[in-house]
Amino acid sequence: MTTHLHRSHIYGVLGEFETEHQLIRAAEKARDAGYRRIEGYAPFPVEGLSEALGLKRNIVPLITLIGGLCGGLGGFGFQYWVNVIAYPLNIGGRPFNSWPAFIPVTFELTVLGAALSAVFGMLALNGLPQPYHPLFNVERFAKHATSDRFFLCIEARDKKFNLAEAARFLQGVDARHVSEVRDD
Amino acid sequence: MSAGEPPINSPEIRRLSPVIEPGHTYATVTDKISAIVLTRPASLGWFAGFTVAFGVVMMLTIALAWLIIKGVGIWGINVPIGWGFAIVNFVWWIGIGHAGTLISAILFLLNQKWRTSINRFAEAMTLFAVACAGIFPLIHTGRPWMAFYMFPYPSTMGIWPQFRSPLIWDVFAVSTYGTVSLLFWFVGLIPDLATLRDRAVSKPKQIIYGTLAMGWRGSARHWQRYQSAYLLLAGLATPLVLSVHTVVSFDFAIAIVPGWHTTIFPPYFVAGAIYSGFAMVLTIAIPLRKAYDLEDFITMRHLENMAMVMLATGLIVAYGYFFEFFMSMYSGNKFDVFLVQQRLHGPYNHYYFALILCNILTPQLLWFQKIRTNVPMLFVMSIIINIGMWLERFVIVVISLTRDFMPSAWGRYSATVWDYMTFVGTMGLFVMLLFLFVRVLPAISIAEMRELVSETSEEHK
Repeated sequence: MTTHLHRSHIYGVLGEFETEHQLIRAAEKARDAGYRRIEGYAPFPVEGLSEALGLKRNIVPLITLIGGLCGGLGGFGFQYWVNVIAYPLNIGGRPFNSWPAFIPVTFELTVLGAALSAVFGMLALNGLPQPYHPLFNVERFAKHATSDRFFLCIEARDKKFNLAEAARFLQGVDARHVSEVRDD
Repeated sequence: MSAGEPPINSPEIRRLSPVIEPGHTYATVTDKISAIVLTRPASLGWFAGFTVAFGVVMMLTIALAWLIIKGVGIWGINVPIGWGFAIVNFVWWIGIGHAGTLISAILFLLNQKWRTSINRFAEAMTLFAVACAGIFPLIHTGRPWMAFYMFPYPSTMGIWPQFRSPLIWDVFAVSTYGTVSLLFWFVGLIPDLATLRDRAVSKPKQIIYGTLAMGWRGSARHWQRYQSAYLLLAGLATPLVLSVHTVVSFDFAIAIVPGWHTTIFPPYFVAGAIYSGFAMVLTIAIPLRKAYDLEDFITMRHLENMAMVMLATGLIVAYGYFFEFFMSMYSGNKFDVFLVQQRLHGPYNHYYFALILCNILTPQLLWFQKIRTNVPMLFVMSIIINIGMWLERFVIVVISLTRDFMPSAWGRYSATVWDYMTFVGTMGLFVMLLFLFVRVLPAISIAEMRELVSETSEEHK
């Protein structure tokens, strides 16, 4: 019971690294050691980090495809409805459904739908905006994570998590600083 | 020059010309770029420039206010020439915007590393140019407060837009372009906003940048989705940017007016847009790198590459001019032939000759590497090309409208002081927004510069 209470205030253990290569190596070793709830933090997208952390492919492309299809089909359907059903106008005797003339707007709305779903889909999947996160309680993280340092966090919700062990593990993979992340 | 040493401009040395000067680390690029926004006090030059630009914007507001009071009659437009400056300026500004998207999207897809240090302010330039462009069709409607009629909305009158009209296509193309450019720019900014949040010392800055950064913390899962979204946006923006000026050219090409009704318009408008856009990027980049000591990041290589893009697109534009001329003569259509004669011998022929001088003859100097690496020369040429591209739109709009099929419908056009005040006013708006931008947001993408540092340090290993 006490351990449970104690754990609820701990978000995880954070190790700081100087280079992206050290971070990737640490992430690989953490997975080899059996940790699953781990996350890397970097000031720029690091090639190979996703693989080292064992991340699956994301669904942003799928969301974008759906958004683009909705934009395109909706755009064409709307123009058809306007110019054929709701408000038919005879322009130089051309057919009401002059579909080639509807293509530019259909194209623009396809791009618009896809772009909006790519951005808002990405933000929603990332859980942003998120004003508070326990990691920002760690002073070195707040100072360096978006500038020049790389971090690996072993999270408390990992089944194998043990504060002392995780800290020792991070020291063992050459973390320059190891700190606990408190969530209170 | 001593024997054995390669000459300074030899290909051996040029291949080594870097996209970022050596010796930079993650910390130094972060410090150097964020310091412009966070710690460096605004210089006297900045205040002077901003004040002038702000004054010009005040002139714009006067011109717009008088326009709204009196109506479009204060301009030089008249019955055969209903388009005038408003459309010339609209097409010019929209074209300028194209280079920003080209640099950020197409060069990203082509994996051109040299885009990194110029994409951020080129995208900002796109947004500001689209903002300036958007003013013109809006005020040209005559009753700008009724402009919402162009959008499809369920009105009590039960009317809807006419989707077979290129002018409605334009509304959709330009508003989509503005929105997607803004999204692209903002997504690129998120990691840098987080950097500024974490480095800002004062509370208000922390709150503002923190709100905009939305809690970004650089998590690997976030980066993975972020990269997917960014790549997709680049893929979407590429056909979009080509479509926008295509649709703008449809405004002309769909009409039957001589000199407008040609199929070469879409590609030649797009090439012209990229041409003028790169010229504007150079016009901004050259003073910017000087004023903020960014020569390490915006190197000679960038300037030279942009000059080469200008030369290439300039040749496409020249090809367009030639074929416009050739097809008119070859078709034997007497109205088209007459229009060509009017361009060469008519009342506006000095505009046409100035256009050829600015857009075709002068840029041929860019074949010489000496010129491409001469910074003041490049600056002057970029301005000449901007003028040339404005003249191109003037020639297209005004000469065709003053000389269409019936001599009874011929006319003359001359802009009034209000036309000039509005045009110069939008330039002031553009410059003022740029001045604000370099002070409040990082003009170079810090996250992408770190990536570049990482990649170049690997190459040296």
